[in-house]
Amino acid sequence: MTTIDLPLPGARTGTELIPAVDEGVTQTAKEFTSDQEVRWCPGCGDYAVLKAVQGFLPDLGLRRENIVFVSGIGCSSRFPYYLDTYGMHSIHGRAPSIATGIATAREDLSVWVVTGDGDALSIGGNHLIHALRRNVNMTILLFNNRIYGLTKGQYSPTSEVGKVTKSTPVGSVDHPFNPVSLALGAEASFVARTIDSDRKHLTAVLAAAAAHRGTSFVEIYQNCPIFNDGAFDAIKGMGDHKGEKDYAVIPLDHGQPITFGVRDEAGLGDKALVRSASGHIEVVDTADISTDQILVHDAHDPDPSTAFAISRLTAADYLNRSPIGIFRQVERPTYDDQARAQVSDAVAKVTGTAEDRLTALINAGDTWTIA
Amino acid sequence: MLREVDRDVSQTKQVKQLDRVIIRFAGDSGDGMQLTGDRFTQESAVFGNDLVTLPNFPAEIRAPQGTLPGVSSFQIHFADHDILTAGDRPDVLVAMNPAALKANLGDLPKGAAIIVDTADFTKRNLDKAGYDTNPLDQLGEVNDPLADFQVHPVDLTGITVEAVKEWGLSRKDASRAKNMFALGLLSWMYGRPTEPTVKFLEKKFSKVPDILGANLAAFKAGWNFGETTETFVVQYEIKPAKMNAGTYRNITGNLALSYGLVAAGVRSGLPVFLGSYPITPASDILHELSRHKSFGVTTLQAEDEIAGVGAAIGASFAGHLGVTTTSGPGIALKGEAIGLAVMTELPLVVINVQRGGPSTGLPTKTEQSDLLQAMYGRNGEAPIPIVAPQSPGDCFAAAVEAARIAVTYRTPVMLLSDGYLANGSEPWAIPSIDDLPAIDPNFATAPNHTSKKSADGEPDEFWPYLRNEETLARPWAIPGTAGLEHRIGGLEKGEGHGNISYDSVNHDRMVRIRQEKIKRIADSLPPLEIDDPSGEAKVLVIGWGSTYGPIGAACRRVRRAGYNVAQVHLRHLNPFPNDLGAILKSYDKVLVPEMNLGQLSKMLRAEYLVDAIGYNHVYGLPLKAAELAEAVGALVGEAEGKGVDLGEHGLNPPADHEEAPLS
Repeated sequence: MTTIDLPLPGARTGTELIPAVDEGVTQTAKEFTSDQEVRWCPGCGDYAVLKAVQGFLPDLGLRRENIVFVSGIGCSSRFPYYLDTYGMHSIHGRAPSIATGIATAREDLSVWVVTGDGDALSIGGNHLIHALRRNVNMTILLFNNRIYGLTKGQYSPTSEVGKVTKSTPVGSVDHPFNPVSLALGAEASFVARTIDSDRKHLTAVLAAAAAHRGTSFVEIYQNCPIFNDGAFDAIKGMGDHKGEKDYAVIPLDHGQPITFGVRDEAGLGDKALVRSASGHIEVVDTADISTDQILVHDAHDPDPSTAFAISRLTAADYLNRSPIGIFRQVERPTYDDQARAQVSDAVAKVTGTAEDRLTALINAGDTWTIA
Repeated sequence: MLREVDRDVSQTKQVKQLDRVIIRFAGDSGDGMQLTGDRFTQESAVFGNDLVTLPNFPAEIRAPQGTLPGVSSFQIHFADHDILTAGDRPDVLVAMNPAALKANLGDLPKGAAIIVDTADFTKRNLDKAGYDTNPLDQLGEVNDPLADFQVHPVDLTGITVEAVKEWGLSRKDASRAKNMFALGLLSWMYGRPTEPTVKFLEKKFSKVPDILGANLAAFKAGWNFGETTETFVVQYEIKPAKMNAGTYRNITGNLALSYGLVAAGVRSGLPVFLGSYPITPASDILHELSRHKSFGVTTLQAEDEIAGVGAAIGASFAGHLGVTTTSGPGIALKGEAIGLAVMTELPLVVINVQRGGPSTGLPTKTEQSDLLQAMYGRNGEAPIPIVAPQSPGDCFAAAVEAARIAVTYRTPVMLLSDGYLANGSEPWAIPSIDDLPAIDPNFATAPNHTSKKSADGEPDEFWPYLRNEETLARPWAIPGTAGLEHRIGGLEKGEGHGNISYDSVNHDRMVRIRQEKIKRIADSLPPLEIDDPSGEAKVLVIGWGSTYGPIGAACRRVRRAGYNVAQVHLRHLNPFPNDLGAILKSYDKVLVPEMNLGQLSKMLRAEYLVDAIGYNHVYGLPLKAAELAEAVGALVGEAEGKGVDLGEHGLNPPADHEEAPLS
């Protein structure tokens, strides 16, 4: 089989080809808010994410009509109805495929996928990994509440082993996915994790995700107050887990040494990540090592293995430890740019009207004429 | 075994006139029979015969060599007049090995000619084909198993290897040119023009001069073998057919369908976006469309069937002409997404190149058993229009028609092709682009609803489900259009405004509106063509899809035998044309031949309370005209209260009417 070296479209930002609002025009969160009543349960983490997105979109500076939100099925997938942009609430698990069609067809659209742990990782797992592999220019927001909410409380593919739910009265025996590990394994070019209640961090991650050209994958820890309340209390330092936040969150900042726990005056936490002699990433007491041994976070590392190793530090059971931030952000040609380039190159090489070229096409080859 | 080849023979060859011939090339999957058949077809097309072809091959790429399941064949029926089918029973069989002989013998009529390559009749190959003894050793003996046929044993392989000696190929490589020898021989026998094949070989093997040389040498040797040896003493002439004025080319259904989709893009001004997953027998369409990027066509080979249709729906939402291509199993997977397109009322063309089912079924064989799946294979009341092409060339027009309906009515449309149409071919009168229907995307560009907040009484809101009064189509507003931002989805829509609605009255109304919208498509259809030459037929034969040829041929046989019968063929299966009910009721008997167990008959019975009688075969092959003619004849007899004997036009022609044997 033959392979061809494809021309690489020049590096661009995620929003470069999308029409911006006219100079001097500022948009407001209100303009991005639809007239539809929001119907999530009181206290749902989705409200916070919606507020953050509605607050963030005006800052993107893109024309509202050029923004498209696509979702699947599940609580979080009602999201598009609440934004006054173009949107489609599609079918279970398939949002990445529909968004792939939209993003490939049109370079001038900012495409967002809103999905949940069941939608993206269970029924739609195939579409998710292939979207990440292709690196289509879009942002996928995965609301992970580690439970099925809309179907009323069954375990999800991110629920911990042993979890007692309606469908697992004596405990789940399903081994969960770590969404970030999965995305890194699928060679996603942008992988981040953030938290519904940390609006500042969430907004910063959204901005970075939108600016990235390619598929940006953002896992958002999102509390379900009805069926899985408190799943992220340790991460948030709430409820029975007050004060645990410093040791539960491992913040990732590109170019910074990775430490957590109680911070000293220089900002270094009393726990740090180091690469062990065997090459593993391990948690150690910062006091036991010299500062130059601390692993410095490199989100731009072309090799995803360190990012993957960091993702494995996420607690598998009750979530009392999790790296938060941008794990990986690398440049890689996008599927849609290259697919469009093949079409536009072919179009540029031909002359004449489409009708004339079509006539020539269907008359090509062995023909005969009867008078 | 090989007869003496007398190079000095100077006997004058006879030329016999025939009005039509059916030839079947059969060999091992690797013997190049499809190519041989294709070339013979092109030669016949250029010569000006009418023709219909039927390729038949195993699902395995290289099935075990020399075995019955590994036999691949290509049948061509060509004539000096207008014909409709690839023919029931071959007049000539070219068999490249024992398995090819054995697998095809049962289809031959008495007196048929068999040209057989003796080289492969070894103990090993005879065993593989299940022959205890070599049938060629018994020719002319008392127990000759081939006594009913005119057998011409020729060491095709041996002569080929000899003929291509100068190119220095191994015996194995040299023997691979034997299909070209066979082609050359048959080309001589039927006076085919050789130039198209010479040109074709020169192009195909331009980079491998020794292979080119060997193939040309084998092709010419085959021709010369016919001309100079006494093995074959008769050459046949089948004059060009009288066809309507126009420019013609030979075309397969899948190619015509691909061109039709390109044409739909050109006529609508919409970029075509194909989301597809490879599946037999539909993959050719993906391959072909991927070559037409210069028409703005985007092809996406998706990770699965669902993603293929998902991407197409996304592209349609974004203002492209979304298309997805597959076969029956793929439609099963796409069902939920097609339902989404029904609910969101987006244009979408869904191509089902049907194959034998259920499940994986018979991937390379033809069937039309997905009609009810197309009608009802989705949850909820989810009506979609269905169109079906009736011949390989007709796939072009059917694709344009599917796109017209999809775009005009904002709906997914199912096009039901099948394996026979996909791979079969016929001469196609190339249409003028200007004669194709115009397709107007008619994108929404401005608000269409006046809210209470409107200061000037002018529309100030966009309602995505406010409909065109005539067609009931909703507006198609594409992203990038300022002021028309809206959300659609799979949840029930409130009438007009399109917001989520769980209201029971609204749901009942929306279900009926979606149904009514599809029904109104019938208002845009031309009246049905009734083929009832005498106007006195009591029996109507009605079909859809690729059975058009066999039904037409069967009706002609019945008429030639002196009886009356009418034929109607349906392009549109949903909605049915407005005049169909009255037509059905104007005949005493209605026969519905289908390659399924009675799906159209069920629909006709349900819709019109007509006593539709089924004629149903699921052999994975097209219906046979002679058998069908007998069934039609029997029904005519019943309807007219008299005995019907089709004589030479039926299944068992009297012996003296048997086609004259070759030689």
